[in-house]
Amino acid sequence: MSAHATPLVETGSLWGGKRSPFSASYGKLMMWFFLVSDALTFGGLLTAYGFARHAYTGEWPAADHVFTHLPFTHVHAPLIYVALMTFILIVSSVTMVLAVEAGHRMDKKGVIKWLGLTVVGGAIFVGSQAWEWYTFIAGPDGNFWNFGPDGDNSTLWYNSLATLRDASGVAVLNDHGHEQVGAQGPQQYAMFFFFITGFHGFHVFSGVIINIIVLIMVLRGVMHSRGHYEMVEKAGLYWHFVDLVWVFVFTFFYLL
Amino acid sequence: MERDDIIEYSLYNHHSEEEGRKIRRKIWMVTALLTAITAVEIIVGIFFPRYLVSEGTWLMIKFFYIILTIIKAGYIVLVFMHLGDERKNLKWTILAPYTLFILYLIFIVLTEGTYVHGVWENFK
Repeated sequence: MSAHATPLVETGSLWGGKRSPFSASYGKLMMWFFLVSDALTFGGLLTAYGFARHAYTGEWPAADHVFTHLPFTHVHAPLIYVALMTFILIVSSVTMVLAVEAGHRMDKKGVIKWLGLTVVGGAIFVGSQAWEWYTFIAGPDGNFWNFGPDGDNSTLWYNSLATLRDASGVAVLNDHGHEQVGAQGPQQYAMFFFFITGFHGFHVFSGVIINIIVLIMVLRGVMHSRGHYEMVEKAGLYWHFVDLVWVFVFTFFYLL
Repeated sequence: MERDDIIEYSLYNHHSEEEGRKIRRKIWMVTALLTAITAVEIIVGIFFPRYLVSEGTWLMIKFFYIILTIIKAGYIVLVFMHLGDERKNLKWTILAPYTLFILYLIFIVLTEGTYVHGVWENFK
């Protein structure tokens, strides 16, 4: 049946009190329920994106044309930066699991080390996401600050649906022979991109804050005196959820 | 302060250094697997973009991505989040309703999306 996580219970004492449903503590159970509700939120957002993508297949931009920049370089590197971000988040998830494992051995130094690395990984991810937003808003001309109608800024107001035309007013067709709109595709593309990655980035940011708070608690010895590091485990559940959502966002936005 | 009216399960969740070594090895193996799957997805994403492949190949590639992503998600939930180590009932309470709901939602959305796409095509 279950491994080391939960002990077996005698059937005789099933209704004798003191037991928690599923033999999980209140905090852990509540964290799981919250994660299911949050997963439903993200599921709803991503399926809405799927609907828009599916309904407007002709004009939807291809991710490896939009996300081609690597910081501090001028190479054409489609998807490489996003791959790096995914790797950083997965690694921070791994350091979080190792922190939980160290907590199960009451190894305070180990928890501090691995939780600290998780915080660093998360902060790097948030910074990377901010850079990605900056690059996407700036558009192909690289000018972030041009919010006027003549710029190719990807913000909601000026990523207009006007058909792309060349100097003589003839519409420029894309590879499929369709007319193109704006610089980065339909307005909805930018809307979905900023909303979903922004919502996810907000979760990562709050996760980093929570991890810092738990790290401070560990440093002050609160967990050790309680006799267990369950708070680290609960923060870990939230952090893994954040990683999980990113895995799906990455697949649906950048690959499909 | 000691409470005698609830069982503090976490006090019994500790494991020894020996078991810890085995668990850490498993964590690193799963990490390597997740990294490998991500690398494969990226490589396919770079070398087989939408505009270079045929309709049929693209459908296969789409399913390929989705299946790989679900495998990744499964490992993260069952191993990293320790849901595989929890009571079986808890595991299924979390996974079954969500999976059913999401599958149905995806079905609805794709059906409606296909219809709307058809409408746009015919009224361009």
